[in-house]
Amino acid sequence: MDRPIRVLVAKPGLDGHDRGAKVIARALRDAGMEVIYTGLRQTPEQIVEAAIQEDVDVVAMSILSGAHNHLFPKVVSLLREKGADDILVVGGGVIPDDDIPGLKEAGIAEIFTPGTPTSKAIEFIKANIKRLA
Amino acid sequence: MDLQDRLTSGDSRALARFLTLAENNDPEAARIIKELYSRTGNAYVIGVTGPPGAGKSTLTDKLTKKLRQKGKTVGIIAVDPTSPFTGGALLGDRIRMQDLFTDPGVFIRSMGTRGHLGGLSRATQSAVKAMDIFGKDFIFIETVGVGQSEVDIVKTADTVVMVMVPGLGDDIQAIKAGIMEIGDVFAINKSDRDGADKTKIELEMMLDFSEKKDWRPPIHNVVATTDAGVEELLECIFKHRDYLMDSGEFKKRRYRNTREELINLVKERVLELILKDTGREYNIDDLVSRVLSKQIDIYSAAEEVLGKISG
Repeated sequence: MDRPIRVLVAKPGLDGHDRGAKVIARALRDAGMEVIYTGLRQTPEQIVEAAIQEDVDVVAMSILSGAHNHLFPKVVSLLREKGADDILVVGGGVIPDDDIPGLKEAGIAEIFTPGTPTSKAIEFIKANIKRLA
Repeated sequence: MDLQDRLTSGDSRALARFLTLAENNDPEAARIIKELYSRTGNAYVIGVTGPPGAGKSTLTDKLTKKLRQKGKTVGIIAVDPTSPFTGGALLGDRIRMQDLFTDPGVFIRSMGTRGHLGGLSRATQSAVKAMDIFGKDFIFIETVGVGQSEVDIVKTADTVVMVMVPGLGDDIQAIKAGIMEIGDVFAINKSDRDGADKTKIELEMMLDFSEKKDWRPPIHNVVATTDAGVEELLECIFKHRDYLMDSGEFKKRRYRNTREELINLVKERVLELILKDTGREYNIDDLVSRVLSKQIDIYSAAEEVLGKISG
């Protein structure tokens, strides 16, 4: 594929810890992707509107506040409402193992917890983006 | 409904998809613009340029809010650099525009330069046309952070806002050729910092030495983060627009810009013809080898290529 993969890296919710998001943004950039970074404290509505206008292939969210069970599925359902369910959604942050099956069931394709090598996230995105053209 | 109909009926997903096609150089994007070309030319295009960190995104955000208060719709094209090594990019202009994300009257698109020099991306001009067709009243183009010679914005925008900050260099910087010549309106941002008055004086001096024209670019002190001076800056942009309209300069600019764009399109196509392997009688790689081994000089090689495509 000669076009770059476009990824929205977003921080939903109220925690201000964006180091993880910045590390992943940088790693995806170095993997040849176009990364749109939108900054801290985004609502699901803001994330979804940005994802649509930027026509991204992937929404990658990072949460360290504990609100993942609410915010991640909300983004997925808003994307579906807007007919943008061809966008791959992944999440990361401090997320208990017990929560992961429920999040996957809600449509988050993969959850990356602390200690995951960035290469794993890159490979996952490359292998799973839904839009080919 | 196909993409073209969805675009004209105001479907923002269609605009987003069109912009992707244009960025990827998909022929479908050109086909749609061909069909809808008569609908272009209505939006007023404002270029926002200046060095990295000057506050272009924040100022664009604040100007957009003022236009929204006046009931105008806005499109924003925010360009950031693409890595020449990996082809990746970190597009971060949206960070300063978060309040605008959910405003249905605003459409923001971030673009990587993707190898294009001059401060814009190759698809910027198609993006302007698409937002214009889509019905936006005003379109902002925010360039990459510029150095000294990224002046493409002047060929695309109606009014160029040059965003400066205090303390970037002495008055010699201000009289160099290049970006300092293209501002129609100057904004000295972060003007609550030391040195703003000195920067203003240096700019005024530069303008004193410039060739006298009917429009002398005004210089405005602003503090984008607190909104100070932003309303006055917008007034200035409107005044410049009025000047362009009343003086006939608007038509001249659009003529000059269209001419430039046409020539560039032809250049691109000719280059494609030359570089594509279409089974022609020459091969560009053979020619390069012959030049390197001094069987032919580089000027004659160029003439050979041109002779083949024109003949």
